[in-house]
Amino acid sequence: MTEPDYHFEDFTPGRIFPLPERQVSGEEIVAFAAEFDPQPMHLDEEAGKASILGGLSASGWHTGSMFMRMMYDGWLARSSSEGSPGIDFMEWKKPVLAGDTLSGRSTVVASRVLRSRPGIGLVTFLHEVENQRGDVVMRGENPIMMRLRSPDGVPA
Amino acid sequence: MRLIELSPPGRKVITGSLLFTAGDIVRFARLYDPQPFHTDPEAARHSVFGALCASGWHTCAGWMKCYVAYWNAELARLESEGLVAPKLGPSAGFKKLQWLKPVYAGDTITYSVELVDSRPLLSRPGTWLNLTTNDGINQHGEVVMRYDGTVLEFG
Repeated sequence: MTEPDYHFEDFTPGRIFPLPERQVSGEEIVAFAAEFDPQPMHLDEEAGKASILGGLSASGWHTGSMFMRMMYDGWLARSSSEGSPGIDFMEWKKPVLAGDTLSGRSTVVASRVLRSRPGIGLVTFLHEVENQRGDVVMRGENPIMMRLRSPDGVPA
Repeated sequence: MRLIELSPPGRKVITGSLLFTAGDIVRFARLYDPQPFHTDPEAARHSVFGALCASGWHTCAGWMKCYVAYWNAELARLESEGLVAPKLGPSAGFKKLQWLKPVYAGDTITYSVELVDSRPLLSRPGTWLNLTTNDGINQHGEVVMRYDGTVLEFG
């Protein structure tokens, strides 16, 4: 296994990790919704337009899943992540519509070494996902466990 | 009728169960969360989880799948009884989502929803914000995920 680029020590508060662009196709919206969230506004353009969301719109859980992939591709795959215990909060601020292009960023909010798990620290991120107009469509905070580069405190 | 009439606070409603096969776990993870412990059984054996397990987002999507099936059945039932179903709208988000245990290949998760409170939105008369608490429990009775949800309701 290759050595990660980012360990716990690299996640200093305020540091920003960009999320790469992702196109949202109508086909993908419908495929996700057909399996997990088969409501009319996620399955059909006309039903979406008639709804409060204003068009064929992604399930919120789909937006979350797309964000997960953007985070993985953007920086998580190159980190020493040991997974996450959960999500403190996540807000669905605006509809994500077919044809949108998502991007965004993960910003380090706080970090601390875990006494209960030697060699592991907990890094809390603020994640913001935006559409092509710069509107924030989803934002939330979550902690991710990261291995330390130097568990004994000695710089590598 | 209002949701609070249909589903009084504190009453836990089982919405359904979902089997997580290895194929389902890998297929979801390759699209949305290709960390090795979600896509590769061998890599997963050497990970902190010890075996192939579902992405947390997959576990959440499973909650929604069971909820929508439950709600569609409720809409049909209410209509057949001549009752007007609550008009539910989108969700504004969620809080306190916890992935408490891994969901392993072969696990069956049983999901639930429970209304906690229903509050009128001062900014939009005739609209309520419903607060729910939701979870998923595996075949051993262990809670694998839990979160606090919201759903809008129109009068």
